[in-house]
Formats: sequence, C-alpha cells, structure tokens
Amino acid sequence: MPVAVPIEHVLALAGLLFLLGLIGVLVRRNVMFLLMSLEVMMNAASLAFVAAGARWAAPDGQIMFMFILALAAAEVAVALGIVVQLARRFESLDVDNADEMYG
Amino acid sequence: METAIFYIAALVAALATLRVVTHVNASHALIYLVVSLLAVAVIFFLLGAPFAAALEVVVYAGAIVVLFLFVVMMLNLGRTSVERERGWLRPGMWIGPAVLAAVLLVSFVFVFWGTDAKTSGEMVGPRAVGIALFGPYIIAVELAGFLLLAALVGAWHLGRRYLEERRGADDFPEEDASPDEAAPEASAEGNA
Repeated sequence: MPVAVPIEHVLALAGLLFLLGLIGVLVRRNVMFLLMSLEVMMNAASLAFVAAGARWAAPDGQIMFMFILALAAAEVAVALGIVVQLARRFESLDVDNADEMYG
Repeated sequence: METAIFYIAALVAALATLRVVTHVNASHALIYLVVSLLAVAVIFFLLGAPFAAALEVVVYAGAIVVLFLFVVMMLNLGRTSVERERGWLRPGMWIGPAVLAAVLLVSFVFVFWGTDAKTSGEMVGPRAVGIALFGPYIIAVELAGFLLLAALVGAWHLGRRYLEERRGADDFPEEDASPDEAAPEASAEGNA
C-alpha cells in the first residue's frame, strides 16, 4: 500500500544512488562497470522523477520514468555493441585502450 | 509499518549499489545490481507507482541486466580479469572522487532539507499513466520509438563482424569469404 514518506528522504536516496554511480564512473576502468554505473545513475534519476510524481499524485513522474527506461534500453543496446567491438579489437575491456581514434 | 519497509528498501538499495560499483567480478556485480533495482521497485510501489514498479522489474532487472549478463558470459571474463580489476581498484583511487561526491551529496541534501512536504500516499495506477502517456505525451512516445529504432540499427551495425575485418585487410586474406557465406543463407530463405 502507498505510504506518505517525507519527500526529502526519497530525494536524498536518489542523490545517494546517483553519486554512487558517479563514483563508479569516475573510478572504474572496466567498460562493463562503467555501463553498470551509468544504469545506476539513470535509475536514481528516475527514482527522483517518480518521487516528484508521487508528491502531487500525478502520472507525469511515471511517464518520465518510462522515457528514461526507453533511453536506458537504447543506450545499453548500442553500448554493449561497442563493448563487443572493443573486446574484439583490443582483447581487453580497459577503456584507456580506446583513447586513440582512427578516422 | 509500511514506512519502515521504505527505509529498509532504501538501505538495501544503497548497500547493493555500493557493492555494484566496488565489486571486482562483473557477474556478481550484476546480481547486486538486480538486488538494487528490485529494492528501488519496492520503493516505487510504496510511493504509489505500481506500474513503474512492474516496469522496473520486467524491463530493468529482467531485460537490461540479462543483456549485460549475456555480454559478460560471451566475453568470458575469467579469473585473470578479476585479478586485474583488483589491481585497478587501489584504495588511493577512491578517495578523491568519494570525497568530492560526498561534498556534492551534502550540499544537495542541504538545499531541500526541512521542507515538510510528504508524498501523497495515493496510488497512481496504470490507467492514469496510460491516459496521460497517449494524450499529452504522444509526441514523446513517437520520439522514443524513433530512438529505439535508431538504437536497433546502431546495435546491428556495431555487432557485425566485418568491422573487425576492415581494420586491416592483410590480417584477413580471405576477404571474398562473405559472398560465399551469404549465398547459402539466400537460398535457404528462398526455400523457406
């Protein structure tokens, strides 16, 4: 059943999850973990949207969540294709291998 | 009682997410990511968004994480990659980003703390979401469809093997192998 919780607690949780994902993006070098951290960050953003929608009992927060979901699905599909190419070319998932671009 | 469930789920989500970004084994980190997403789904349900909770379980924990797991298993990241990750994750690397992120979190919480606003505690069901989604947001739905189509084409292009062969033609002398491979497929399609 829905409960009435203080909205700053939900937003603080969303901020905490977002910053954990941000730390992951900053620290990790394996591209799989970078993508997982990006998922965590997008999930935190959608938690903030749903919390804001629940504040006014409006469906708009859930709609933004669904758009973020579609964005995450598209991003994962393309990014995992890039991961497979990276693994084939460099036989490693270190993103620092891909710091040079050939035209 | 339900309020306690919210805080328990929030704790589970935070701890599982911490393990996602600190784990050295990609498969185990993905399992922790599933736990984190399920905890967030519980929070969605408690906030009165049951449709978002169902989508979180089905699409995020079901489809997206399984896609990650497919790639992790396909690339066969074994014991050597775990050892290398452990070498990359020295404690010294964590301190700078963690301190900066903690400063950001404190300032972020400081901005809105003390507003006595509570969530409504009302359920916003799938009917209301659907009516709004295909009413005022219909253009955004179509744009999301374009985005997914572009992602489909991009993933198909990136997943093809010939990108590797174009890198150096001398590494792959049998370049004319692709028409021979394509011909049986075409005849099979013709038979079907």
